[in-house]
Amino acid sequence: MASAAPSVVLEARSLVREYPARGRLTGGRAATVRAVDDVSLHLDRGEMVGLLGRSGAGKSTLARLLAGLEPADRGEVLLHGRPLGAAGVGPRGARRRAVQVVFQDPGAALDPRQSIGSIVAEPLVVHRLVPAAQRSGAVAALLEEVGLPGDPAFLAGRPGRLSGGEKQRLALARALACEPEVLILDEPVASLDASVRGQVLNLLEALRGRRQVAMLLIAHDLALLGRACARLAVMAAGRLVEEGATGTVLNTPRHPETIRLIGAAGTGSVETKAREIPYLRPEG
Amino acid sequence: MLAEVSNLAVAFPEGPWSWRRVVDGASLSVAPGEAVGLVGESGSGKTLTALALLRLVPEPGRIVGGSVRVDGVDVLAAEEAVLVRLRGATVGHVFQETALALNPVRPVAAQVGEAARLHGHATSAIERLVDELLGAVGLDASSMRRAFPHQLSGGQRQRVLIAAALSGSPALLVADEPTAALDAVARDEILGLLDRLRRERGVALLLISHDLGAVARSTERITVMYAGETVEVGPTSALLAAPLHPYGAGLLASLPTTGAPGEPWHAIPGRPPRPNEWGRGCRFAPRCPRVFDRCRNARPALVTVDGGRAVRCFLHAAAAETDG
Repeated sequence: MASAAPSVVLEARSLVREYPARGRLTGGRAATVRAVDDVSLHLDRGEMVGLLGRSGAGKSTLARLLAGLEPADRGEVLLHGRPLGAAGVGPRGARRRAVQVVFQDPGAALDPRQSIGSIVAEPLVVHRLVPAAQRSGAVAALLEEVGLPGDPAFLAGRPGRLSGGEKQRLALARALACEPEVLILDEPVASLDASVRGQVLNLLEALRGRRQVAMLLIAHDLALLGRACARLAVMAAGRLVEEGATGTVLNTPRHPETIRLIGAAGTGSVETKAREIPYLRPEG
Repeated sequence: MLAEVSNLAVAFPEGPWSWRRVVDGASLSVAPGEAVGLVGESGSGKTLTALALLRLVPEPGRIVGGSVRVDGVDVLAAEEAVLVRLRGATVGHVFQETALALNPVRPVAAQVGEAARLHGHATSAIERLVDELLGAVGLDASSMRRAFPHQLSGGQRQRVLIAAALSGSPALLVADEPTAALDAVARDEILGLLDRLRRERGVALLLISHDLGAVARSTERITVMYAGETVEVGPTSALLAAPLHPYGAGLLASLPTTGAPGEPWHAIPGRPPRPNEWGRGCRFAPRCPRVFDRCRNARPALVTVDGGRAVRCFLHAAAAETDG
């Protein structure tokens, strides 16, 4: 279990989340699936932690629990040692606001009918963070912080005409409007073209340095996590099966699932291929 | 060549009286038994180019230029009846959206059987064929007779689609982003399956993917598309070792493995242009680190260079302009 050192921002203690599973595979009987099974994890201030695992391992459910988007059946999420509140305003809402999530598909997360300016302004209004008179200046500053234009013409536009990378920047600007202490990033660059992924990753790194936001980066791409994160956590079947410094986890993995994920990522490495004559690797 | 696309152009209506080219200058070839990777960013025209192989460009799109030959057939001039024979029997397609490509209320084995029936297999032979195809893609035939698509993982659904595509015994399997929705382990398994099908059945593969690692592993040649046109073609190992086009070089530099922890990430500045933003010059010029005057004013042609390679870039000695 994580210690309550002063630098710990967010701490999950023995989280459990179960869903009903009914259907042919369970023979028609009512059953439950433990999507998250006794998971404890902490995030330090300004730290980027990578979370990896197969589809269905429970990564996205854990992300929603950490952000307070759904309740845990057991266990608790602590922000600075105090329970994370439910959604809303007021002191508990303010704590929940401190944890923001950015999802893979930025297009689906943005209301196509809302102007870009009002998308970013909404959290400022809802959480009464900035007086009305200063709101448009604050929106422009947030957009510029993520590398988007802050001029009135851009603010009046709709998100539909933005590229994938620009939409993801916009989603980040909206998350930053909440003045978060923790950002949970669920596959934030997977839907972006390879040539622009680096732009968003550099932006995340800059935000982490400047705002000291703790980040949980969920991704399938092990090479990406290995380069971006100082610490890695591995999930399998709802459980946290391995956790440690990135170099230790990648060089001396202990859990079979970690070894499997590293093995799968190692095939199809561009560097290996470039040095070899064309070959077909036998199916492993 | 088993399949060859030359200087393809595809247009969509932009308004009542105007058409906009969204593919313009796509070239691609696949030899019998060969594995070719088709690489490029979303919107670069990869999928439309592959669909043009069977004249399957979706309405209201139109093929407005270039030529397509498959197994000796001039696809753009062929009768519909000839195309029906090519579809499935010569070229089998596997699509990315496995959840959409399968009927949600029919067991998946029955759907593979349906594909076999469409390809003219006798009813009496279908059950055995389905068992054989499901076995070939690593699925248990008896449980697939009861399983519905939503009960399968993404990787299993991808296997079902591959089995259905194989039911026509195609000479070429076109796999459009078959691993994009899969996790690392399932990705590795599907790529291994495609490799094995090539070895055992001699089927050629066109692997459409933005995953350079997947293409590196499973193909012998790569075609790179950017903004609706082919910008580079070459043997996989040579192209990845030293791309001739600055776009390919930028892509390689953008890989997470190119660089160490703590180093800034490489990115190509800007974003790929939309078709209505293509200028008169090279379409990569606005993002190119090596751009010079000529690139902004003339469009380079795709020219053949040594080593079975081709490139569309004025940096190369053989460069020529195109009037297209």
